[in-house]
Amino acid sequence: MSTNEWPLWEVFIRSKQGLNHKHVGSLRAPDATLALENARDVYTRRSEGISIWVVESAQIHATDIDEAASFFEPSDTKIYRHPTFYEVPDGVKHM
Amino acid sequence: MTQAEQERRFQEKIDREIKIEPNDWMPDEYRQTLVRQISQHAHSEIVGMLPEGNWITRAPNLRRKAVLLAKVQDEAGHGLYLYSAVETLGTSREQTIDDLHTGKAKYSSIFNYPALTWADIGTIGWLVDGAAIMNQVALCRTSYGPYARAMVKICKEESFHQRQGYESLIKLCSGTPQQKAMAQDAMNRFWWPALMMFGPSDAESTHSDQSIKWKIKRFTNDELRQSFVDATVAQAEILGLTIPDPNLKWNEARGHYDFSEINWDEFWQVVKGNGPCNKERLAARIKAKEDGAWVRDAATAFAKKRAMKKSA
Repeated sequence: MSTNEWPLWEVFIRSKQGLNHKHVGSLRAPDATLALENARDVYTRRSEGISIWVVESAQIHATDIDEAASFFEPSDTKIYRHPTFYEVPDGVKHM
Repeated sequence: MTQAEQERRFQEKIDREIKIEPNDWMPDEYRQTLVRQISQHAHSEIVGMLPEGNWITRAPNLRRKAVLLAKVQDEAGHGLYLYSAVETLGTSREQTIDDLHTGKAKYSSIFNYPALTWADIGTIGWLVDGAAIMNQVALCRTSYGPYARAMVKICKEESFHQRQGYESLIKLCSGTPQQKAMAQDAMNRFWWPALMMFGPSDAESTHSDQSIKWKIKRFTNDELRQSFVDATVAQAEILGLTIPDPNLKWNEARGHYDFSEINWDEFWQVVKGNGPCNKERLAARIKAKEDGAWVRDAATAFAKKRAMKKSA
């Protein structure tokens, strides 16, 4: 039997309490239990994590790379959302 | 957008040091070069476990055994990072592995040499992992994102591989005359194959120019080989081992060590499958896949059964 029947899982690891889970890579496994165990063996051999999420890759929805320019355009044009857009006289403190 | 326009934009991104990610447009040849290079790299990690795995039960003490076990386990992990990177290019993992088993895909020729003595294990860590690290550090900045990220992780883990090998040789070289002789013998057998790990000379290398232009490679085979020789000579001196090359000499004008021409006939013979262990290595990989089939089948069946129970 082929391992191609095994779904691809994306692995996210929280390296320590207080930080986000971060994507570290992917692996193939027949189910979530084995995906978690494999993720532990492959991605945390040196105490890199205290918590692991695995998500089937097929469950991830992503933005379209070809539409990225128009998709993110609303944010690129609003420079007044950044503090550096505003002029404040010299000498003004704590701002 | 025309093909030419897409290619121009692609090269522009590369020139501006913007990484290429899986869903980005890329020339077919870029994709093929990456599939070939990354899969070859992945296979090397996996086949590389064989000569060392053979010594796990024969390690001279518990410390060395635990270290070797950890190193071999790392190599398995490195193979997986790289197989995942190949998969992002749209090839199936099964196909990638089968290409190794049918002989279509290559792996590093160094693993077609046998590990005959315990000193070989230290020497493999020092020279073979040392040469691999020289290559891999350069690849951390390769233009394809998933490959670069895999290399960063691998480099972080590999530095212990070289150090444990060197430490083991320090012990042997300060031991009995027999132990020292065993280390020198390992050096004599592994020096040239280690230099061959960097691949054919730049004049002979078919893929080099384009790979440099696409920033898949950052340095040529000969540049990396020279860096390795320059870094290794002093390390050999500290061990008190002689590098088996009468022409090895510091060249003040070049600022590098000169060394003899590699025996390229031997190199191509081993690449073509006629090295001392080519057949044995492939047979071991095929056997591992076949013998492990029932484990994968059982895991699949168990997952299906559990999913059915859940939905019932």
